Amino acid sequence: MKPIFTITEGMLPVSTSYCPGCTHGISHRIVMECLDEAGKLGEAIGVAPIGCSVVSHQFMNVDMLESAHGRAPAVATGIRRVHPDKVIFTYQGDGDLASIGMSEIIHAANRGETFTTFFINNAIYGMTGGQMAPTTLVGQKSTTSPDGRDPGAVGMPMRMSELIASLDGAVYVERVALDTPAHVRQAKKAVAAALEIQEKRLGFTFVEFLSTCPTNWGLTPANALKFVEEKLIPYYPLGVFKTPERKEEAV
Amino acid sequence: MAKFTLQFRMEYCKGCELCVASCPKHILAIGDEIGAKGYRTVTATDMELCIGCRSCALMCPDNVIEIYTEGD
Repeated sequence: MKPIFTITEGMLPVSTSYCPGCTHGISHRIVMECLDEAGKLGEAIGVAPIGCSVVSHQFMNVDMLESAHGRAPAVATGIRRVHPDKVIFTYQGDGDLASIGMSEIIHAANRGETFTTFFINNAIYGMTGGQMAPTTLVGQKSTTSPDGRDPGAVGMPMRMSELIASLDGAVYVERVALDTPAHVRQAKKAVAAALEIQEKRLGFTFVEFLSTCPTNWGLTPANALKFVEEKLIPYYPLGVFKTPERKEEAV
Repeated sequence: MAKFTLQFRMEYCKGCELCVASCPKHILAIGDEIGAKGYRTVTATDMELCIGCRSCALMCPDNVIEIYTEGD
């Protein structure tokens, strides 16, 4: 019997705390698979955010630190200063990165810090009970926008990949989705590319995952994947926004 | 004999059905077994039809599915 798909050693043998059908498990796995395949599990240092993935250090088989809400890029910057030879990444959700942590991520990207940020965008605050996030779509209902997001009152949803790509310090920015097996394969390629560019220490690398929150969206897990395809991807287009080669022609 | 074998790590299954939704041959279903976490868990209905595409394993958020093929 030859294995054609086995679970990476990067995922610890524990059950995750995520709701059934939450795509956090998929993004955890592909980040760990990429580190595992590059033989870097022992050299990686991750920074966990505040949010549902606050406990991701209990699931990922790498050294990890916990940061204050939104401050993972600042913590990762410090780690890079004292560990110039390690693989360093932050794993942050949209409430963490795009709201309270906006300043940290922008300045880390602008400085061209040589770590990778994995940004989980599910357009809602998950852990705290489904409040509106900066990335919540227009008209999308949440506990703090019961009639749907009103852009006249709170503005339009923020496209973080485009924002990061406009900064000179960022060298690799890609947005991927986790709604189909094909998109999951593409997401893994993006993670591998970002980690490879990090190895060259060219600048800041950023991968955004369009993810789901079946519980707070009020959808079944399978319908939540359809929501990503029908609603999230049209507003947040997939693709590579910046590569080291394409730096000049970027946004 | 089926060409592919799915090994389910049932203690992790939360019955989310993402594998069921992604299987192109529609051979996965949520069964009557209740797993360690209290959810109804996944089961394969007809392994003869499995094409080893890995879609179920790629979409599984809980690292339940491992896939093996016969021979070397």
